[in-house]
Amino acid sequence: MKIVIDRAALLKPLGHVQSVVERRNTIPILSNVLLKAADGRLSLSTTDMDMDIVESVACDVSEAGIVTVPAHTLYDIVRKLPDGSDVELAASGDVSRVTIRAGRSNFSLPALMPEEFPALSGDALPHSFVISAADACMLIDRTRFAISTEETRYYLNGIFLHAADADGVKVLRAVATDGHRLARVQMPLPEGAAEMPGVIVPRKAVNEVRKLIDGADGDVTISLSDTKLRVSFEDTVVTTKLIDGTFPDYERVIPSGNDKMLHVDRQRFSEAVDRVATISTEKSRSVKLAVTSGQLTLSASSPDNGTAQEEVEVDYSASDIEIGFNSKYLLDITGQIEGERAVFQLADQASPTIILDQDDESALYVLMPMRV
Amino acid sequence: MTEQAPDSPVLCRDCFAWLPETAKHGDARCPKCGSPRMVSHPELRALAIAHIDCDAFYATVEKRDNPELRSKPVIVGGGRRGVVSAACYVARTYGIRSAMPMFKALKACPSAVVIKPDMQKYSRVGKQIRELMLSVTPMIEPISIDEAFLDLTGTERLHHAPPSETLCRLVARIEAETGITASIGLSYNKFLAKVASDLDKPRGFAAIGREEATEFLKNRSVTTIWGVGKSLHEKLRSDGIETVGHLQGMEEAALIRRYGGIGMRLARFSHGRDDRKIEPRSPAKSVSCETTFADDISELGELDPILWRLCEELSTRLKTKALSGKTIVLKLKTSDFKGITRQVHHHGSTQMADTLYRAGKHLLERETDGRKFRLMGIGVSDLADPDGADLPDLADPEMEHRRKVEHAMDAVRAKLGTKAIEKGRGFKKAVEKQGISARMSEENAHMPEEKEGDS
Repeated sequence: MKIVIDRAALLKPLGHVQSVVERRNTIPILSNVLLKAADGRLSLSTTDMDMDIVESVACDVSEAGIVTVPAHTLYDIVRKLPDGSDVELAASGDVSRVTIRAGRSNFSLPALMPEEFPALSGDALPHSFVISAADACMLIDRTRFAISTEETRYYLNGIFLHAADADGVKVLRAVATDGHRLARVQMPLPEGAAEMPGVIVPRKAVNEVRKLIDGADGDVTISLSDTKLRVSFEDTVVTTKLIDGTFPDYERVIPSGNDKMLHVDRQRFSEAVDRVATISTEKSRSVKLAVTSGQLTLSASSPDNGTAQEEVEVDYSASDIEIGFNSKYLLDITGQIEGERAVFQLADQASPTIILDQDDESALYVLMPMRV
Repeated sequence: MTEQAPDSPVLCRDCFAWLPETAKHGDARCPKCGSPRMVSHPELRALAIAHIDCDAFYATVEKRDNPELRSKPVIVGGGRRGVVSAACYVARTYGIRSAMPMFKALKACPSAVVIKPDMQKYSRVGKQIRELMLSVTPMIEPISIDEAFLDLTGTERLHHAPPSETLCRLVARIEAETGITASIGLSYNKFLAKVASDLDKPRGFAAIGREEATEFLKNRSVTTIWGVGKSLHEKLRSDGIETVGHLQGMEEAALIRRYGGIGMRLARFSHGRDDRKIEPRSPAKSVSCETTFADDISELGELDPILWRLCEELSTRLKTKALSGKTIVLKLKTSDFKGITRQVHHHGSTQMADTLYRAGKHLLERETDGRKFRLMGIGVSDLADPDGADLPDLADPEMEHRRKVEHAMDAVRAKLGTKAIEKGRGFKKAVEKQGISARMSEENAHMPEEKEGDS
């Protein structure tokens, strides 16, 4: 294999694929990036056995071939090369070494046999649909903060993506919960998704995909089976295994009878919560919401840090209520609301509360109160 | 403990009378009540730091509850594989000591009556005793269920008596109200108070004063010093240091250089100096419950019902103590005595047996790979009060239902007894065979080491 490519053109896909590679690997080949040169393109792949990323880029191929080299080392080298330089990658005859040349710099890296590189793909992915990159970002951003890190309940360590029926409208839904909060966001069901199985996309894949589509415009193709999901856009293909588990029947925990409606100015509310939470203890981060007609009083107290209180004007006419929440969870949710006003649907101080964007009901958040 | 000086005050431990200094010399009995139990020490009116230690606590509780056992050797401990948790003073004449393996103890004294520990009963009595201590001073630092340090400094005016008298009255009251005897060690710091309580047992009273401390310690083994265990003892011995007296002759700096941080303690304690304060109990940091099996077990199927029983015990304990925990810890000991602990952070704090069991089982499943285990325990840490525990879980719609079931079972048990209603998962042959008897322990920041027996 022998190619020449502009340093910046190589750095971008390399930066993408290297982030899948774990810093410590017991299996040496997993530290490597697989480089394939053919037909004027270089394709780069990495895997951690649970997911892989393949990205390709145009280059000048003078000799086609396949080789693997340590991903982080190659990335660090290319990163440090001067901007604008041309990089030459060449494999030795027996594919045991790869040389990297740019200007007066010269590197030689050990290579591992490309046959050892594990292939994740192969199975058929019978369901496929297309959504915009913006929608993909929206589905991820509005749910991923609620993904659980609890090992015991591995089936919560991802986003549950499935087709659902919302009051007669077919929707594509993403749901995540850690038991304390639940985020549910939906969009009109794209063509081809009607028959898809409900799948749980693991957190690492969610975060990688989100990083990669950041700034991408255009469409994202999602194909999946019961066990795998593939996201393709532009020159990138991410394939991930899915979490083999059953996502809880979340519909049952979304309360339907919460009748106390609290309307707040989203930004003013968030800022006030953030200020008051300065006082609450690192451990609990609790803030208390005392709501009376037309007024919300936020407060926090801690034995060590003192007390804080702030009043916020709100729309509220139901009976008075006092309820406590984890301030971080509140801010996570209000941070995802784009409209000017947020609606809290409250029942009592021990029951789950629903939080919505007043102008956009596609996203729904459920938050468990805490004792204050 | 030195030969009493001519100006030593004398106190009768039964009628609490302060006697003329000559009282102890001629006749050996109290002229007021006729009791031979008199204590005399030059600093008896001044010393204020005490260590109270119940005598063979578990065994004494059992003897109290079954008078037939009074004159028999009694051992409290688990199964034939377990260790001696407590041996009564009759059993001790056979050479039986706490923490001795049970088979060894039974070899030494085949006629001994072995009683399975009833931790709930002991903790009830322990609590009763602690309440009595609290009526004397709030400055109590419990070390375990049956022993505590008390700081009686400044209580003379409150009790109209020097600390020594207050202590005698307290121990007499403990004996009268709970039937448990205890021994008193009185000194001017914690280290020597603890040493003193061991000098005169059972129903004893020993004092170590400032004047005599150095002399008293001189010929004692270095193991007298708290913190000198097996390995440090070996090290000291190989350096030619056998007695505290040897340490007294050495510079603090030299001891620190040679033995590190503990060197400072060696130097100070050897001269009877200990400036640790008595710290009223900090809340427990963890609560756990464990059992040693009669035979090693490797099968998950056999461990499972035992785990459930342990979780129920732990849950009962948490509920009665009004505690809940966030981190669930599984403890195992393999047949070759390797300890394994595995923990998982639950998403909220819990006191429910069912939740403990689910988390414990998850951890257990990963360890049952054919290895044989001799012990299993389950515990919680990150303790919190129960108000915020077992809240509805958005990821587990069934949880609310299970919580209601457990509460209903608890209500039935409260009314009809613990055996009135049980879950099927606790009924397996293994449980019967192994005769589960759980040991409970509560640990806090001050005394992280586990205490197996009592004295």
